[in-house]
Amino acid sequence: MRQDTRVPTEARDFAADGGSPAGAADPAGVAVRGLRHAYGDLITIDGLDLEARAHRVLGIVGPSGCGKSTLLELIAGLQEPGSGEIAVGGRVDAADRLAGCAFMPQRDLLLPWLPALDNAALALRNRGVGRAAARREAGGLFERFGLAGFELAAPAELSGGMRQRVAFLRTLVAGKPVLALDEPFASLDAITRAEMQAWLATALATDPRTVILVTHDVEEALYLSDRVVVLSARPAAVVAELSAPTARAPDRDAAVTDPQFIAARERAMAALHEGAR
Amino acid sequence: MKKWLLPALLLAGLIGAWQVAASTGAIADALNLEHFLVPSPAEIASSLWENRSLLAENAWVTLREVIFGFACGLAAGLAFAVALHLSETLRRAAYPLVIASQTIPIVVIAPILVVWFGFGIGPKLAIVALICFFPITVNTLDGLRSVDPEATKMMRTLDASRSQILWRLEAPTALPYTFSGAKIAVAVAVIGAVFGEWAGSDSGLGHLMLQDNAQLETARLFASVFVLSAIAVGLFGLLALAERRIVTWR
Repeated sequence: MRQDTRVPTEARDFAADGGSPAGAADPAGVAVRGLRHAYGDLITIDGLDLEARAHRVLGIVGPSGCGKSTLLELIAGLQEPGSGEIAVGGRVDAADRLAGCAFMPQRDLLLPWLPALDNAALALRNRGVGRAAARREAGGLFERFGLAGFELAAPAELSGGMRQRVAFLRTLVAGKPVLALDEPFASLDAITRAEMQAWLATALATDPRTVILVTHDVEEALYLSDRVVVLSARPAAVVAELSAPTARAPDRDAAVTDPQFIAARERAMAALHEGAR
Repeated sequence: MKKWLLPALLLAGLIGAWQVAASTGAIADALNLEHFLVPSPAEIASSLWENRSLLAENAWVTLREVIFGFACGLAAGLAFAVALHLSETLRRAAYPLVIASQTIPIVVIAPILVVWFGFGIGPKLAIVALICFFPITVNTLDGLRSVDPEATKMMRTLDASRSQILWRLEAPTALPYTFSGAKIAVAVAVIGAVFGEWAGSDSGLGHLMLQDNAQLETARLFASVFVLSAIAVGLFGLLALAERRIVTWR
């Protein structure tokens, strides 16, 4: 029973050829070395080292205000770090990091004047793809994401879970090797959040990317990630690193009640408490 | 139905009271005036009907001044707002000037504009545009700056260039603000056109009002005021309709 809920790593990798929108992305890892960052006198990150391996999910949990979101913005090339080095696919330049990372913010931030389809196709349009071609490409994924029939719906007509799926689709259609997810499901209710986690696990099984998942939900991090890093309170540093026992198992309910999962969650919680001090 | 009932009742009551007070001569007696100087609503209505072609002719002149002046103010206001939005330096340097432009007493500079641009439509356009420019610029700039910074970051990671962020994100965000500014602008644009005509013109409702004032044609004077208000309300309504059609996401 316990074994059944686990998907071997190899199987995940080989089952992964599901036709990503912009062609299979190049395997690209993310490496953070000696990162230090401050807002004025406030040091938010002090000497952080991280590594996200290609086509794996790295979960990052930490107490609120520990600089998790800043870390994601730094990785995604939206900001330059005070010192230290961040490499996305081996490239350290901010513009290159921006080109290699797609960023999914906490709130879905769908543009309310565009139908779901055009929201999902935004990255293609920004790259100069024509409206019809961009819509065709993004529209091809709607069925798989459980959004068939809602292509032309305004964001206001969609439920919270659907909006989040469109937002994730928008991130995926950008066709970038690295996805930076900033508490992607924090705004959803508990039931929808659990559904969306299972859904994301499936989506990543068919279309694997290097994912950096920032969350304050330990269970979410452990379920979705291959490895979870626990950060301390500001200035952020790594207090613990765990490997997740049931990464993205198809049966989420079974996975999160697995004794190994529960043990890992307790270790992570203990580290979180220790780091919060 | 209910939404219209109360204002309609109030308006009918006010007009009725005015009718009674004017036709019995109560207002004129109280102000110690000749009765013909205080026209009743019925007299204004009949003057409106009798002078319909004269009023229409002059209303057309004023309407053209308002529409073209508004269009100039809108174009200048949008261009200015975008420029101020894109350049921090320009915003710091020019924003006080934009505000200062609004403190220019129109009545005082209108005659000067007539000297500069002549008796034609030119000075009226300049005045109407000057009045419209301010609310459109200020509102549009506020709208452009109200964009969620998170949304801008999201667009950047989706490979948007600066101009794509402007057109795909900032401009649609600013649109409802621009409409608010434009609605304020058309309502005051009509006053601007009248000031322009007072400073020097040979036609238009403002010109007709001046003549009627001099000739004590009070009923027709009020009829002109009525037509002027109708123009402002009509243009406001058209803008509100356009806003409802275009800004469907609010």
